[in-house]
Amino acid sequence: MTSTRRTNRALAALAGVAALALVAGCGSSGSSGTATPGSQGFTPPDVPMQQSMGDMEGSVNILAWPGYAEDGSNDPKVDWVTPFEKQTGCQAHVKYFATSDEAVNLMKTGDYDVVSASGDASLRLVASGDVAPVNTALIKDYADIEPFLKDQPWNSVNGQMYGVPHGWGANLLMYRTDIVKPAPTSWGAVFTDASKYQGKVTAYDSPIYIADAALYLMKTQPDLKITDPYALDQKQLDAAVSLLKDQRADISEYWSDYLKEVQAFKTGDSVIGTTWKVIEQVAAGEKAPVKAILPTEGSTGWSDTWMISSKSQHPNCAYAWMSYITEPKPQADVAQYFGEAPANGKACAITGPTFCNDYHVTDQAFAKKIWYWTTPITQCLDGRTDTTCTDYGDWTQAWTEIKG
Amino acid sequence: MIVDGRLKAVLRVLTGLVLLVVYVPLALVMVNSFNVDRTFTWPPSGLTFHWWNVAAHSSGARHALLVSIEVAILATAIALVLGTLAGLALRRTRFFGRNVVSLLIILPIALPGIVTGIALNNAFRTMLGLQLGFFTIVVAHATFCIVTVFNNVQARLQRLGPSFEQASADLGAGAFTTFRLITFPMLRSALLAGGLLAFGLSFDEIVVTTFTAGPQEQTLPIWIFQNLFRPNQAPIVNVVAAVLVLVSTVPIYLAQRLSGDVVSGASGAH
Amino acid sequence: MLSRSAGLRTGLLLLPPMLWLGVAYLAALAALFVTSVWGQNDFTGDIERVWTWDNYRQLWDIPVYRTIAFRTVGIAALVTVVDALLAFPIALYMAKMASPRTRRLLVIAVLMPLWASYLVKAYAWRGMFSGGGLIDWLGSPFGLHSPGYGLVATTVTLAYLWLPYMILPVYAGLERVPDSLFEASGDLGAGALTTIRRVVLPMAFPAVVAGSIFTFSLTLGDYIAVTIVGGAGQLIGTVVYANVGSANNLPFAAAFATVPVVVMLVYLAAVRRTGALESL
Repeated sequence: MTSTRRTNRALAALAGVAALALVAGCGSSGSSGTATPGSQGFTPPDVPMQQSMGDMEGSVNILAWPGYAEDGSNDPKVDWVTPFEKQTGCQAHVKYFATSDEAVNLMKTGDYDVVSASGDASLRLVASGDVAPVNTALIKDYADIEPFLKDQPWNSVNGQMYGVPHGWGANLLMYRTDIVKPAPTSWGAVFTDASKYQGKVTAYDSPIYIADAALYLMKTQPDLKITDPYALDQKQLDAAVSLLKDQRADISEYWSDYLKEVQAFKTGDSVIGTTWKVIEQVAAGEKAPVKAILPTEGSTGWSDTWMISSKSQHPNCAYAWMSYITEPKPQADVAQYFGEAPANGKACAITGPTFCNDYHVTDQAFAKKIWYWTTPITQCLDGRTDTTCTDYGDWTQAWTEIKG
Repeated sequence: MIVDGRLKAVLRVLTGLVLLVVYVPLALVMVNSFNVDRTFTWPPSGLTFHWWNVAAHSSGARHALLVSIEVAILATAIALVLGTLAGLALRRTRFFGRNVVSLLIILPIALPGIVTGIALNNAFRTMLGLQLGFFTIVVAHATFCIVTVFNNVQARLQRLGPSFEQASADLGAGAFTTFRLITFPMLRSALLAGGLLAFGLSFDEIVVTTFTAGPQEQTLPIWIFQNLFRPNQAPIVNVVAAVLVLVSTVPIYLAQRLSGDVVSGASGAH
Repeated sequence: MLSRSAGLRTGLLLLPPMLWLGVAYLAALAALFVTSVWGQNDFTGDIERVWTWDNYRQLWDIPVYRTIAFRTVGIAALVTVVDALLAFPIALYMAKMASPRTRRLLVIAVLMPLWASYLVKAYAWRGMFSGGGLIDWLGSPFGLHSPGYGLVATTVTLAYLWLPYMILPVYAGLERVPDSLFEASGDLGAGALTTIRRVVLPMAFPAVVAGSIFTFSLTLGDYIAVTIVGGAGQLIGTVVYANVGSANNLPFAAAFATVPVVVMLVYLAAVRRTGALESL
């Protein structure tokens, strides 16, 4: 039953892409009218790219991760939106979202001009034609952005950028130094050895967490032949799901908001699990004995991209925002407030070297160890053509079953 | 009145215990608003006025509070009009669709909020092509607030019966005069009770609001929700909640004074 | 007499509320359930208007959804029972024993928590259930421990959040019981407990049922409290939210949302006879 359903889904997805390609064929402008799918296995609809800057529209609707576009309304000292408004005359309306998936949903309304999309949202937005290609020539400091963030599979298609890199980070492994001994070095601590800390293990609450299990399997079970944790065929997904189902017995709770996780680590309700650098720092600031490491297997992570809506009512203000937010000063502000590596290495001059070392801002070797969140689709992202891969819908369903 | 002494004592103790359970978490919120910890863990490692100071300077909180009050007032006003009309319509008339009408009014509150939320979200955006915003929140809230007014009005009308209005009509008063001079004054405390409940329902609603709020408006619950996701901001939500609890006593007390008894809204029955 | 003009008047009075509910609500609900028989493109999240029962078939075939549905209904029932048990004594005390002044204070005391934000209260309970939290702290001298995050914490938190919605209708219902009934019952030789069991409970029953509509449906639709105190557990609301807000799969979310709707409609139909719908 499920396999029929999966085939239907695969067909539906293919049909969807074909329909999009048709739309593309009817478009007028643009680089290529051909139906050659990109390395990601699909052809984005032909959405025109803005060629030059025009007059500011006076306002812009920004959809952002909390902490990416602070306007001082929560803390007058934390404000990089107001200087933007003064500079450009664009009144900024900011809406925050809690998960990548919510961002995709909200972008579909067409109410928002720009979005800070993570890799697990960006390709979906590109494929559905909800975002437009970005003319990087209109972004003032584009040249200063770290080269290892440009033209990556999660922010470009066929060499065309669909956004401006903003910041990135890794999903680290955090543990209580007073309880977890010896100090872990491998993700095995939360998978095969999870029972040592039964009922005290935590994990990120999203289907995309399946990739963490896949990454671990990729390094420890070579016969599964996983080469990309976001390109799993049915057998590989089943292996990851079974690993996570075993882990489920030892889970205290899944987290998605950072407050929940800091609390849990401070009280000892959770002692080991995935985390973000910023959570470690807040918890350490609260005198919780915690440490976060990048395990030997590497890790999953995020790399966020500012993208512009294809239905934007305020495209010039939107470009002005993307240009502003990649300048060193706002980059430093966001990175320090949010706790991630800024895309623009020149921000280091403002944050100081300690911050930049902690977050490995220009550390290409560190960045290479991270598998950035990417939406799994039926066309295998690792280039396999002899099989179909499981897509995000399958992952969502699997995630519900894992949690039980 | 119950006179049995032992029963009285038992009930008194039980009442005290329930109130204790109700107020311990609220007291905890109050303590946490002074907690030095950013994650308000127990017991507090120290006390501070810092969060009160931050909250006082948070224009986001003020703005969200204002939006919440505006939404609640408008939604309550719409609910008062529609609920009263429905209540008047269904009095004494035993027509075929009566049960259907009551069911329809109850449905928005009886069906789970997430269903109402996604149904309205889908309808506003895809069917009507509206932009989500202030207007859509008000419409959504008014929809599930009608029932509180309707029930209070209906209960009052049932209890009082038609005799006063009949007398008014017999004395030659028109329908509107009768409503203005007789029906409305009789309903006033019931409307106050229904309106207060509607206001409260709207003010703290988050599930339906999440799905019907647009980019530019956020109500207080949404603001609080987003602050829980923002580094280093979480503690000020405790301050906001503490202030709300303290401030809320004023309208409830006033309503009590005005109507005699908010909940049952009984007029002169005791 | 006057039946034609009375009918007309009823019709005119009903027109605005029915128009509002019909347009703003019924149409929206209907549209949602039409969506549940449509398919969806998983990658782009675009809805494909092809008729399919796949969403319902999936709900039926995959056992985890049944488990979640039963768990949710079970918790909703438990929350309702707990609230009824807690609400009855305090409502009885307020309605039939307290002096008018005390009664006024008690009504304020019951209404006030409704104003503290839902989220803040849920987080307060999170703090109480945490390791070393208030429950552990108070309980440790007696060897008691917090049950930790999970279904127990979820039930307690939800029962706490919805308690005022149960107390208010029960109080209003009890107040309608005439004092003379108590006297009559006493005169006939019944003790206080017998009076409560034979006279008060049957008369308060519709009010309890009315309150239960709130507690039951609010629990069925909740997805926030369970993520805060529920540990790794999930309810119908969590799955619906994950599918609409996260996976962007509105058709499947709509299909799963029919479960609480059917449960509520069956419940409403069952309680209609008690007269509870008139005493909400």
